[in-house]
Amino acid sequence: MTTSFGPDAGSTHPRAALMTVAAALCLLAAAGPSGVEPLAMTEVAPGVFVHQGAIAEPAPDNRGDTANMGFIVGDSGVAVIDTGGTPELGRRLREAIAARTDREPVIVINTHMHPDHVFGNAAFADVPIAGHANLRDALAARQDVYRQRLTDELGAGASAGIPRVRVDRPVAGEVRIDLGNRLLVLTAHPTAHTNNDLTVFDRKTGTLFAGDLLFIDHLPVVDGNALGWLSVIDGLERVPAIRAVPGHGPAMVDWPGALDAERRYLTVLVEGVRRVLTAGGSIQEAVAHVVEGERDRWLLFDAYNPRNVTATFAELEWE
Amino acid sequence: MMRYPLMGLLASLLIVLSTPAPAATDAAEDAARWDLLHDMYFKDRPVEEAGGRIRIDAPARAHDAALVPVRVEVEPSLRLKTLSLLVDKNPVPLAATFHFGPASGGGGIETRIRVNEYTNVRAVGETQDGRLLMTEAYVKAAGGCSAPAVKDPQEAMARLGRIKVKLPETPVAGVPATAQVMISHPNSSGLQFDQVSRTYIPAHYVRSIVVRSGGRTVLEAETDISIAEDPNLRFSFVPVEGGTLEVVAHDTKGATFAQTVPLAAGAGKDEPAL
Repeated sequence: MTTSFGPDAGSTHPRAALMTVAAALCLLAAAGPSGVEPLAMTEVAPGVFVHQGAIAEPAPDNRGDTANMGFIVGDSGVAVIDTGGTPELGRRLREAIAARTDREPVIVINTHMHPDHVFGNAAFADVPIAGHANLRDALAARQDVYRQRLTDELGAGASAGIPRVRVDRPVAGEVRIDLGNRLLVLTAHPTAHTNNDLTVFDRKTGTLFAGDLLFIDHLPVVDGNALGWLSVIDGLERVPAIRAVPGHGPAMVDWPGALDAERRYLTVLVEGVRRVLTAGGSIQEAVAHVVEGERDRWLLFDAYNPRNVTATFAELEWE
Repeated sequence: MMRYPLMGLLASLLIVLSTPAPAATDAAEDAARWDLLHDMYFKDRPVEEAGGRIRIDAPARAHDAALVPVRVEVEPSLRLKTLSLLVDKNPVPLAATFHFGPASGGGGIETRIRVNEYTNVRAVGETQDGRLLMTEAYVKAAGGCSAPAVKDPQEAMARLGRIKVKLPETPVAGVPATAQVMISHPNSSGLQFDQVSRTYIPAHYVRSIVVRSGGRTVLEAETDISIAEDPNLRFSFVPVEGGTLEVVAHDTKGATFAQTVPLAAGAGKDEPAL
């Protein structure tokens, strides 16, 4: 991935860099000398930086780096948007921030509860966390399972130091955050990908951090409500952005055209499940047949399509 | 990636320490777990392998950990008194016990369970003469971000208690037919820790479901937290001419939910909300 430096990326402040190094040394004193390797970032718009995660399930070869994350630099501070799938990725993101600006992180925004987006919060223990009003309860109900999975996938070292769930700024409806000459609009959405999806709109550059309400290339994952998601897409489409940062996929995509593929998949999913329900079929029959035509259009289709069909079947059988 | 030998050494140690145990140990662990459950639920009664007379159909990998469909098929000649469904590694392994009544059309059941981790799922049938027959299937937990939790608790509470019954369009009196009962309920496990109040959120789940056909019992189910939210049963019953299918469920907070559906052609396709 290429790294670009924009005009107001800011230069590394020597003292901030020193302090970061000192902090890193303290943390690692017991383990011996080590540096934290900053994450590769792309500046997708002035002062808007994105790290692109692999389109894959967390595994040793990608070290859990499977979701996009980013940060936005204002005159008075930095907003961090998602922190990656492990505490280590969070530390590397923080190192990347320190390498680009002398402003400090003033807010961490979690776009939703999934572990590949929030476990890096561990590196931001001193920074308030904003999230959807449902985020705290939703993550609290799942965190132990998520942590165990991460241990299974990457080893106990990767999941060490995950802190207990914390949401300091719960968002219901819409909240604005002023980073200094830079206003961010945080919007909490009704149940779609999950029941705690939050988007972040940078008005200055027209950049929308869509979180996992926008999947590109990676098959969309329904952990909420497929019909709800389709209706949230209809609303999101009207956000006056010129580019979006998906939760999974390239660092940036055109808006709103990037929504088309995901909308098509969800529509075919809903229609297919309805057909099986009308015919009196079972979940297993739906899993075997629904949305087969989409298989070649997405990555990770077999990993997530059966689950999407299962969840959507359980949702639609109440219609 | 490893620029410092000491870090590399530590990392390797951690990897070694966290490597899953070899398969042989897993099998031994599974056997030990079953010994424990056998003792807990069936005491000193012998449990035989069902050997094809009872079959269990579950996905090899749970697609959604909160909702794993499980179908148990029972050989028609085997008139079961009860059928128990166990999920070995779940916090409460006994998911449900079904007691079949005179209006049952056979001991087969389809339902949906929660799966916490890689686990055996077992069906144990009890014959009329008191023998216990067991079959099992291994289910791998779902990967990624799937967790056995309620997806939308507010929505679940909003429609709590709604019952939907699906019947065959043209049931014939006396000929076993398949029905499906859905009960909208979050089926909260009580295992969710509230990190602000430092207490566990109280359990709230459906603990019994009784189904009758024309006044006679089809089945009585004792259900627990391994049953997925919105408890969902498919079963076989014997229709009665001009009769009804009656469903009564109780939850752990003392609430009763009931629905009676006539067996007329097409009935039950679109039951209104309670």
